[in-house]
Amino acid sequence: MSNTSTKIMVALAGQPNSGKSTIFNMLTGARQHVANYPGVTVEKKSGSFRLKDDRVELVDLPGTHSLTSYTLEERIARDFLLNDKPAAVVDVVDASNLERNLYLTFQLAEMDISLVINLNMMDVAEKRGIKINTQKLSQELGAPVVPTVGNKGKGKEQLKEAILSTSKKGQVTPFRINYGDDLEPILDSLEKRLSEETEISGRYPVRWLAVKLMENDKEAQRLVGKYSQKSGVILRSAEEKREAFKLEHKKSPQKVIAITRHQEAQRIVEASVTRSREITRTLTDRIDQVACSRYFGPVILVATIYLIYELAIVQGYKITEYTWPVLAWSRDLIASLLPSEGFIFDPFFRSMPIWVVDGTIAVLNYVPIFLILFALIAILEDTGYMARMAFILDRIFRYFGLHGQSVLPMVIGGLYVGGCAIPGVLACRGMKDEKARLATIMIVPLMNCLAKIPFYVLLIGMFFAAYKGIAMFFIATITIIIALSVAKILSLTVLRKKESAPFVMEMPPYHIPTTGGVLRRCLERTWLFVKKIITIVILVSVIVYVLIYFPGISKERKAHYISQSGQAQQTFLKKIGKDSPYASLMAGDNLMEFTRYWRDYKKAKMGAKGKKAKQALDQEFREKNFEFFKIVKRGKYKVKGEMIKDKHAKKVYNAYKKLGKTTNKLRREIKEETIITSYMGRAGLFIEPLTRWAGFNWRVNIALMSSFAAKESSVATLGGIYQSPPGEKHRLEERMKEKEKGWTALHVLAIMLFMAMYPPCIPTLLMIRLETGSTKWMLFATFYPIVLGTIIAVLVFTGGNLLGLSGMQAMIAFYILALIFLVLMGLIKREPEFT
Amino acid sequence: MTLDEIKPDQECEIVDITSEGIMGQRLLDMGFIPGTRIKVIRNAPLVDPVEFELKGYHISLRHSEAKQVEVSLL
Repeated sequence: MSNTSTKIMVALAGQPNSGKSTIFNMLTGARQHVANYPGVTVEKKSGSFRLKDDRVELVDLPGTHSLTSYTLEERIARDFLLNDKPAAVVDVVDASNLERNLYLTFQLAEMDISLVINLNMMDVAEKRGIKINTQKLSQELGAPVVPTVGNKGKGKEQLKEAILSTSKKGQVTPFRINYGDDLEPILDSLEKRLSEETEISGRYPVRWLAVKLMENDKEAQRLVGKYSQKSGVILRSAEEKREAFKLEHKKSPQKVIAITRHQEAQRIVEASVTRSREITRTLTDRIDQVACSRYFGPVILVATIYLIYELAIVQGYKITEYTWPVLAWSRDLIASLLPSEGFIFDPFFRSMPIWVVDGTIAVLNYVPIFLILFALIAILEDTGYMARMAFILDRIFRYFGLHGQSVLPMVIGGLYVGGCAIPGVLACRGMKDEKARLATIMIVPLMNCLAKIPFYVLLIGMFFAAYKGIAMFFIATITIIIALSVAKILSLTVLRKKESAPFVMEMPPYHIPTTGGVLRRCLERTWLFVKKIITIVILVSVIVYVLIYFPGISKERKAHYISQSGQAQQTFLKKIGKDSPYASLMAGDNLMEFTRYWRDYKKAKMGAKGKKAKQALDQEFREKNFEFFKIVKRGKYKVKGEMIKDKHAKKVYNAYKKLGKTTNKLRREIKEETIITSYMGRAGLFIEPLTRWAGFNWRVNIALMSSFAAKESSVATLGGIYQSPPGEKHRLEERMKEKEKGWTALHVLAIMLFMAMYPPCIPTLLMIRLETGSTKWMLFATFYPIVLGTIIAVLVFTGGNLLGLSGMQAMIAFYILALIFLVLMGLIKREPEFT
Repeated sequence: MTLDEIKPDQECEIVDITSEGIMGQRLLDMGFIPGTRIKVIRNAPLVDPVEFELKGYHISLRHSEAKQVEVSLL
């Protein structure tokens, strides 16, 4: 390895759909790193590769059509080029779309950048009968031109070669567009003025600044204002010149500049490209005749959405049945490393870590779903169908301040039944319209995620058992109705001032995605999720643990439980008798040891399926402790092949079974008391007078509050609160009905609707924080659903009671009300006006 | 006349872009410049937005946006 090795920074620029990411992958291989551009949520991908003695750091800029200051992506790309000053920029150009792509090339050249022109997708161009004279093109642009086929790795070495020589050569005479006799003199004089200001001319290319000032570019004006002594004079003179130009030529300078660039592109293409036939998109056009048609379009769209739902959510969930044992195994492994459990009280350093691990694996459990989802999204993006989805649906979504692109995040979040808000929020990434993007992020958590489903099923089973299908349909669709109304309200209020963007969307030709590209993106996104989310989930679940289990039960109550447990142990010992051969085996600390052995055995036995597994299990426990083994086998065991019936062991077994029952009962009582007296429990009791209006008592309050960590836990917490008395095996919904005799269907409807509007779980909130780049939005996303859910629950419960409605009547009445509200919201017109 | 009035399968030529600022710039960037031929491909199933073809690529605009493009029928 050479000592003179240096690091060369190179940027990758290009228009969307130019195959930029395949070039990035081709050059960097697996050495990639994903982060965000500072202060914004746009992904910054960088990677590195070796070039002879040097290491090249390649930064992937956002794909943009132009380099104005109007969109975030364009600003980011521009700022990077201006401030980080890469040694060379590879401009990835779609060879089959040269003319339009050159429009960006010119703007890059204007920034005094050492360019390498990469003519990508040469195979597509060839297929379309486009022949490019690369030498001529290189001559025209004053930059090396390297043809490649990115997805086949063709031209890789030549491109690296060109990057090396260009970055070593330093500044080349940049290609300049002649903007014509009307504009050039003005640009010249502006350039001269700017050159005199050393602070600004040392930082930025003056020609570029002059052009931008004539384009009335706000960012360029800001830069001049910041670094120039005479900024007032310069800006004023630019403004005057712009106005004078407009008056004289009846056209704004920016229009002339854009037109000149396009004309120049046309000229260069005419000089260097020969077409053997007319451009055709026959296959794409034929597909679109069906895929975007009036009747088949929506049908195909719904079918696609259904397929995504079926493959990712339904099938993905089935896969979790296979991955869950692995997670459960790792949980047990961790548990085995922790201090061992006590008779009725477990040490803090056991129960707390287990709680955290449980919370973490509950999220990790969804990884198979994410993998499938992200792969499907990548396919949708790469094929070009995503643009068609937006095209077909924009009309509907626009009524509610959303965008055609909002549909995918909503589907992933659980548009019908079952989804996950975390990848849903992540899927908002590609949306260019900031206002619609934020509105979508805010409503995705209102969709029905997978974790809400068991809760609905439980409650529907309680009071709507006769109308299961209708009730499920109600909850699945009411959330969409409410979410759309909420989106509209948000875009009219809190999002009013957010930057919106024109729809203007390219409909790229259909394209078969590469397996590698899809896999890479899907793994990348899943990894990003796991990395970012898990660390924080661990932190937050510690806090929630404290809220649910602290301050803990009082010393007196603790003593009470210990004495009860002691009594039960005494009874047990008495029952087996002093003379039993097992008496000493069960005395003192040995009893605790046996208890662990018993619990382990019972648990292992539940997991063991099939005769062979059971035999192996018995063998294992027999070797572990033969005496204990005799007892757990009820005194029936083999010695040297002979079956033995051990009366004493059977007696111990029966006595211990009773002790075990009492102990479990005590453990449950302790848990219930701990939760009720915890900070969260006290809060649940405290707000009961308020939540009564919504039909919630403190038990429900606690269950709802504890769901905050992860909604999966709501059913578990309810299970804890409404425990079954020992010996009885009622299902949870029956136990709840038993304990809540006063409940009506209205209670349940109110709880269900509150759950539908429930604030996002913590991982989702973190994702929102990540994607909006703002804690404020995260907090907003936490609190508005609580307010909304409370209003709806009170409306349904108190309103329903006042009107004397039954559960079904209230459900239908609320549905109609929500629909009317939705239509009214849709009628409020507020189309973005762009001038 | 303006681009939003053109029916599917009709072809026209761009005369001018009437809006400035973000919308105008965006259209200019995407190649909506005077003299360019543009063809209306199809309306979305709910009529809006509309798909156009110009210079060999396809772009969709909302009607309200297409209104900012002045055209003459060919």
